[in-house]
Amino acid sequence: MKQYLMSVYHRDVTESAPAPADIEQIMADVGAVNDELRAGGAWVFAGGLYPSSTATVLTLTDGEVLVTDGPFLEGKEHIGGIWVIEAPDLDAALCWGRKAARACRIPVEVRPFQEEARD
Amino acid sequence: MFREEHGRAVAVLVRVFGDIDIAEDAVQEAFALACQRWPQTGVPGSPAGWIITTARNRAIDRLRRESSRAERHRQAEWLLAQQRGQTAEPEGPVRDDRLRLIFTCCHPALAQPAQVALTLKLLGGLQTHEIARAFLVSESTMAQRLVRAKGKIRDAGIPYRVPSEADLPDRLGSVLAALYLIFNEGYAASGGDSHVRVDLCDEAIRLARLVCALMPDEHEATGLLALMLLAHARRLARTTPSGDLVLLADQDRSLWDRELISEGQSLVRACLRANLPGPHQVQAAINAVHADAQSYEQTDWPQILALYDQLFAVSPSPVVALNRAVAVAEVRGPDAALELLDDLDLDRYQRYHAIRADLLRRLDRTIEAKDAYRVAIALTDNPSERRFLQRRIRALTS
Repeated sequence: MKQYLMSVYHRDVTESAPAPADIEQIMADVGAVNDELRAGGAWVFAGGLYPSSTATVLTLTDGEVLVTDGPFLEGKEHIGGIWVIEAPDLDAALCWGRKAARACRIPVEVRPFQEEARD
Repeated sequence: MFREEHGRAVAVLVRVFGDIDIAEDAVQEAFALACQRWPQTGVPGSPAGWIITTARNRAIDRLRRESSRAERHRQAEWLLAQQRGQTAEPEGPVRDDRLRLIFTCCHPALAQPAQVALTLKLLGGLQTHEIARAFLVSESTMAQRLVRAKGKIRDAGIPYRVPSEADLPDRLGSVLAALYLIFNEGYAASGGDSHVRVDLCDEAIRLARLVCALMPDEHEATGLLALMLLAHARRLARTTPSGDLVLLADQDRSLWDRELISEGQSLVRACLRANLPGPHQVQAAINAVHADAQSYEQTDWPQILALYDQLFAVSPSPVVALNRAVAVAEVRGPDAALELLDDLDLDRYQRYHAIRADLLRRLDRTIEAKDAYRVAIALTDNPSERRFLQRRIRALTS
């Protein structure tokens, strides 16, 4: 069994955000995907993130850890939410990814976790 | 023989060991050994079997040498299970390992250039520098492309299997698109240093034959093979000895390969009987109608136009509309075709302007024709295409 990260990215600018009614539908669809993941034994973890303005970055500089406000990446798009799933191979992971992409209506990135090194 | 057996051996070993690098290295070693020993011992009764067995043993030896203790333990268990026939086989009919490998190489999660490179390397048995030259990139670029693709297969867990029934149509489409790309790359190469480039058309046809043999009920695969055979049949007539392009209208049809045409046409007939048309099959049918004609003037253009109508229905792209317009010009005259061209958004496409220029020429709108040819020239970096277009301008001037 492998683990995959499925992540979605949101634009910071709120003009392009979906309307409230649409958001409700999206949340319902995402909920349905989560139910399916759990039922299929593939669900490890999932959650939506607060906007990038709520992020804090810690940087080690000259032996001290500095605290800065804001996300790590400069730019207009930031991670909006993640799933961690278990799947036997990429085809199975992409199958879940397709459902997630339909539910979220925005692109979903599917990336494998590195396996833990043995002894 | 080498390329056929190379592909088959790599495919079997990829299934057995689940690792492309191990499979490739082992097969390479086995072939090297064969070159050393067979001149003395004679070629064995089953060369393919010898290669596969030798490669398999080499790979096992390597795994034993290079593994950590925990890995060796895991491998020993796995090898034992193999010998007892206990390794899980995916459900479904027994499939040729090469089919598994083709679908793996052409997985949509890999970028198309990577799909093409992997297919030629693993199934075609071509060397990295040969593939690099064929696609006009440096050897190190191609080597990196292959390393990255194999890395993604390994790290992202792209499985070695023939897709399920549900996924098969899309996945087969990926495979056919990769083969068609290889063929077109070979088809477009004309004159110049093409003699040092591996014949990609031959390779694409060989791989298409393999797919058709392994999936005889997939009519689009048959259609693609027919299309390639009928196009390849014209290769000697397509260029002058100095490597200049010759249009279909001007080709010496006695140079067409009648055997390839005959094979292509019989495949087209088989597709027609199946009556499940798709883009490749219809394109093949169009080529078959051209192949039927003794001359350009005797071509059954209404039939070709009807086929383009069908092609546009299943594959409504601007390029198809453009090619259909060429047929419209023959059936209804250049004016009607020009009107169609005005509706198309193909401003960056060299052929669009070249076809427009030709239609304008036929209507004696010489100045506009020359302008259109000039736009076409500016859009092409293929030397023989450029020479062809310049000849057309000169012909208008004289």
